[in-house]
Formats: sequence, C-alpha cells, structure tokens
Amino acid sequence: MTELEDFRRETRDWLEENCPQSMRSPVESFEDIYNGGRNPEISHPDQVVWCERMATRGWTVPHWPEAYGGAGLDRDHVKILHEEMAQIGARRALDSFGISMLGPALLKFGSEEQKLEHLPKICRGEIRWCQGYSEPNAGSDLASLATRAEDQGDHYLINGQKVWTSYADKADWIFCLVRTDNSGSKHEGISFVLFDMDQPGVAVKPIRLISGSSPFCETFFDNAIADKKNLVGEEGNGWTIAKYLLTHEREMISGFGAAPSKSVGLAALEAFGDDPTGRLANGVLRQSIAQYQLDALVFGATMTRVGDEAKAGHGLGAASSIFKYYGTELNKRRNELNLAVGGEAALGWEGEACHGGAVARDWLRSKGNSIEGGTSEVQLNIIAKRVLGLPDA
Amino acid sequence: MALVLNEEQVMLRDAAAGFLGQKATVAHLRKLRDTAAPECFDAGVWREIADMGWAGIAIPEEYGGLGYGYTGLGLVLEQAGRHLSASPLQSSVLVAATVILELGSAAQKSEWLPRIAAGSALASLALQEGRHHAPLATKLSATREKEGYRLEGNKVLVLDAATADTFIVIARTGGEPGDRDGLSAFLVDADAAGLAVERRDLVDSRGMGALALSNVLVPQGNLLGTEGEAWAGLERALDIANIGLAAELLGIACEAFERTLGYLQERKQFGRVIGSFQGLQHRAAQLFAELELSRSVVLQALQAVDAGDDRVALLASAAKAKLCEVAERTTNESIQMHGGIGMTDEHEIGFFIKRARVAQHCFGDYNYHLDRFACLSGF
Repeated sequence: MTELEDFRRETRDWLEENCPQSMRSPVESFEDIYNGGRNPEISHPDQVVWCERMATRGWTVPHWPEAYGGAGLDRDHVKILHEEMAQIGARRALDSFGISMLGPALLKFGSEEQKLEHLPKICRGEIRWCQGYSEPNAGSDLASLATRAEDQGDHYLINGQKVWTSYADKADWIFCLVRTDNSGSKHEGISFVLFDMDQPGVAVKPIRLISGSSPFCETFFDNAIADKKNLVGEEGNGWTIAKYLLTHEREMISGFGAAPSKSVGLAALEAFGDDPTGRLANGVLRQSIAQYQLDALVFGATMTRVGDEAKAGHGLGAASSIFKYYGTELNKRRNELNLAVGGEAALGWEGEACHGGAVARDWLRSKGNSIEGGTSEVQLNIIAKRVLGLPDA
Repeated sequence: MALVLNEEQVMLRDAAAGFLGQKATVAHLRKLRDTAAPECFDAGVWREIADMGWAGIAIPEEYGGLGYGYTGLGLVLEQAGRHLSASPLQSSVLVAATVILELGSAAQKSEWLPRIAAGSALASLALQEGRHHAPLATKLSATREKEGYRLEGNKVLVLDAATADTFIVIARTGGEPGDRDGLSAFLVDADAAGLAVERRDLVDSRGMGALALSNVLVPQGNLLGTEGEAWAGLERALDIANIGLAAELLGIACEAFERTLGYLQERKQFGRVIGSFQGLQHRAAQLFAELELSRSVVLQALQAVDAGDDRVALLASAAKAKLCEVAERTTNESIQMHGGIGMTDEHEIGFFIKRARVAQHCFGDYNYHLDRFACLSGF
C-alpha cells in the first residue's frame, strides 16, 4: 500500500506544479478537446504545453508500455492518476483515435518495428489518425469493401473511395481497410494498412450532416501510396483486425447512453411544474421519462455488472454484445425527451437564446449513433447468430 | 460490492437448480392443479427444502437461519421461477418472515423466525383489500379492547392461505385510509374464532385465498411492534418482497425465453427452421438484451438490501417495474412464437405466462412501481 500512497503523493505534487490553471476547467466544446496532430486545432495555447508535459511522463496514455511512449502503469496506478487529475479538475491532455483505436490494434497485431514507429507519436500527440472503413457500397456490409491495393514490390498503390471517415480533413495518417485479393470469399483478401494523408493521391471532402456539423468526410484515393512496412498483420488478414477494432468502437459509442448528470425528469419539472401530489403535471410525458430513466438505470447496472465480471476473471460475458445496440437506442430516447421537454427553445437552430441550437443539434447527431459502428439491425443480427446460435436464413 | 456472485452463491444457485429442477417442476405443478390438492404444494418436498436450510437463508443466525442474506434467497427464488416450483418460499419465507424481522420485538422474532426457518411454521401476509395493491388504503379495523384488539374486515390475495398457520394482518388502529400513521400489524392464528379463510384460485394455480374477519379477538401480545407505527417497517418489507418477486420473475422470463429459443431452432415451416427468419431473430435478440438488463437490476437490488443501501426503495421499484415489463413481454412473445401449440394446455409454456401475471400483480404491478419509481426520482 505504501508504494501506492507514495505514487499518489508524487502524482499530486507533480500535477499541482505542472498542470496549467487554464487546463483545470471542464471541457465546454469540441475545440477544448485536444487531438494533437501536425496542425493541431486549439482553443488555448496551454493545450499544447499540457500535452507535452504529460507526454514526457508517459501519462497521455499511462497504461501503454514505456517503450512505446506510455508509463507502463497498472490498473491501480492509472486509477490513482485519474483520481488526482479529477481532484484538481484537470482535463485529459490528449484524446485521439490513435489512442482509442489504432493503438490497441497495433499493440495486439502490429510488429515491434511498427509499434516503435507509430505508438510514441500517438502518445506525444504528433500524429493525428483517422479510420478508413466504410465505403459508398460497404456500410453495414463492410466486408464488401472494394478499395484496391495493388502490390508494387515495396509499396501498395491504392485506388478507391472511403466515406464516413471521421475527421479525415484534420488527420495526418489513416488506418485503412483495403482489398489486396479478389479471388476468395469477401472476408478474405482484406488488408489493414497505414499511410500518410499528406500526399498527392489523397483527397478529402467534408460531409455536412443534418445536425449542421461536418465530423465526417469522403476520402478519395487516386494512386495513393502505402509503404509495405506499414501493412499491419499478414496480407489478407485485415478482417480480423477490423472486427477487433469495431468491438472497441462499439464500446465507445455505447457509452453515449450513460445517464447524464441532471435527470430529464427534474428538467421536465422545471418546464411543466407539478400537480398537487408532487408528480410532474404532464402525465403522458412523465411516463415516457420514467421509462427512459428506469432503462438508463438498468443499463448502467449492466455496464457495472459486465465490468465487475471481467475484473473477476469471467471474461466479457454475453451481455457485452447488447451494449452498442441498447446504449445508442437509449441515447436517442433521451434526446427525443430533451426535445419534448425543451419545446420551442429546443428546436432553435442559431443564436444565443438557444445556445446555437445545442439541443437540436445533439438530437439530430444522436440519430447517427445507431448507424455508425454497426447499425442496430446489424447488432441484433450478431446477437441472434453469435450469442443465441440462431441459423442463417 | 462487485455485481458478481461469489463462490458460495454460485453453489447455492446450482444446488437450487438441481433440486427444484427434479422435485418441483412444471409437471409437479400441473399434477397439483389437476388433482385439486388442498395444500397447493408437496409437503414432502417442502420438508426437504427446509432441511437444506433454504427456508432460513435470509433469516439471521441468531433466529435460527443461515444468515446468507437476501441475495442468497433471491437466487433460490430465481430457480423457483424457472421451474415454477410450488412452495411457501414466497409467502412464508420471503414475505412473512421479513415483516416479522422488520416489525417484531426480539421475543416475537425468537418465537416465530426459528420455526419459519425450520419450515415447521407457515405464515402469510394479509394486506390487500381491493383489486389493486394500495397498502395505505387499508381499512380493516382493529379496535382496542380490554385484553387486546378486535379485528373486523376483509383481505384478498393472501398467498398460500389454505396452508398458513398464522396470518400477519395489516389493520388500521387509527387515522383514515390513505394515512401512513395508524397502521398496525397483528399475528392472527389460522383457527382464530371469527376468521373465515376462503380459497380463491387464481390463474397460476398456487392456492391464493381471501380472509373474512368478523369480531376476531387477538391478544395484546400478537401486536407486531408498536401500535399505529407499522408503515415504515412494512414498507421496507414490501420493498424486499418486491425484489424477491423480481428475482422469481427473472427466472420465469429466462426459462420461457430459453424454451422459446429452443422451439425456434426446431420448428420448421416453409422448409426451414423458423429461427432463421430475421423477423423472429431480431425479436429474440431484443428479448435477450432485456433479460441481461433485468439480471443486472435484480442483482443490484438484492445486494443493496444486504448492504443496507439507502437506495433500496428506488431499486425495489426499479427492479419490480422492469421485471414486470420484461416478464410480460417475454411470456407474450413465448406464446406468439410457439404459435398454435402455445395456446394448448398440454404444452407447458402457458404455465409461465399465468404465474408471471400473478407474481407481477402481487404487491404492486408495473403501473404502481413505475409511478413510485418516478416519485422516488423526484418527479
């Protein structure tokens, strides 16, 4: 225990000395989240300073091995670091697809050389990554992807198009699923390659969403070049890595359904008032909110249970297969209720009075949660076939 | 506390599954129903259950129980739900013993709990008077007499009424229907003069009954706890009762689902098994998701009781409301997916929908508990 206590004290002192005051306030907008990269978008210059300082200690990704830019901390130490950061309200220094998605894939499937080349740059926030998965004709049916990679000896020549590439217009490198072989079944012949976006063969066009923002892009490859040393895993074995990463992505998206700090029920009480028994005056709305809050509570208990089972060494149980499906459907319900509670103000699109249409834009954006990373329908197919063992049609 | 079962609890669950799956099954319930057995459960099986200690799982060791807590009892009730095992586990062990534990004096607990734990005494709570669960609406009156109280009124939905040795009758000693103050609990012997016990079978064939109390005299010593102050303890006991019923409903729903899943994999139409149709696959997957969520809230509520968590009331209504919803949906889908065979009495799937609806109704249904959940959530 003493070692942990020492670590806590050292951590506290270091954070106190090194975390800029400006980084000790809650994140208020997307711009406050630091993603790093060659041309980082920042809302405050201290974001760069804070990231550099944390990266020096390996604390931007503390659980990764030291050799790859992390600090090699175990679960207990990471917990202490996060607790001490929370104590002073310190923001995460760096958040990126490199950390949440490519990193875990490289750690599992990458060569030593690839890990040493790419992971430290992720930890230091030097390179920002995007994910090249979906294509115009390969959405739910991802394995029908057609972007070709031709073998040119020491490199691949890549031609085709990706779509729904998150932040492709801001990313430096892409991890991309390409077809290296057409002869076998559609799941075979897919490869997982990494390449620089800053080259003549790559063009990017943002897609404007119904929510007004453009987090996604169309990405075009016209004789783009990927060095062969950046093929991850074996050629033709990319589907295994893709599936592994999708699991990660789904866990991330399902977290959107977690209960917010202020309950919808109490917000509704402010809008509609209560009846003489103290109940929300609009009985129909009250029932919908109660159903939502009940399911949010029960979903939270399930996340806890599955986490506890994993810690107890039972592995990820069958319950985890429902997270993506249920979490995103729950988030859509919450956003519909926010709209109902907010009324006219929630439908606002521009201007101060409605905070720039924040409620409406979140509501519209939430519709994508049950589409991206595997639609709800695909998730139900997966549960039916892989968990329940029901046969193919 | 981690939301996982410990080794002891896993052993208990497996033991309950093994025993009840052999000795107290749907086939046994059917036989009890068809022979119109007066006791509504097999006395020999009950003896064995008590000998294994399950009647005293949640009763503290100082009162002759095992002191395993309600999480342990919940695991046994879940298995009882899976097999629709007929026994006084709900009436006497889950509900009556808990009311005595909450309200009784040390002497009353010492007198009753060891006998309930041993299975030799059977008690049952007599609470509901109208068509719906409305505990504060209690009208049955208890008037103070020289040597005790005189009880007058009617009760319905008394579990295992025909076999109970004693009833815990909730009565009004003061206040008006709707008031929290003025509620009292009395132990009334099944053979007390002026008490008429009428068997009223419900759809689940589990021996429900109604009580008519006319000039029933009960001695002072039979008052549980303090006159007029039963509500707080009764409410806590009802929370625990509802969490236990939620555990039973979880077992019912899981079993109905698994049987239905089996049917989807064997029944053929249009030249292939019907489980290959996406229209059925998605509904099955959604039920699976709901059952996984249900399992979490039941375990969380059971652990909250044992930990003395101050969220027990909220979690009790959450667990009961959720399990009412999920058990209703699952048993309805079970009948629908079984098709014509599911409508026959010969097939066992119909027994699950029947017991589910009675367990849902007891001590507050979905509507009651979703409303209470909202109230406890502040709106």
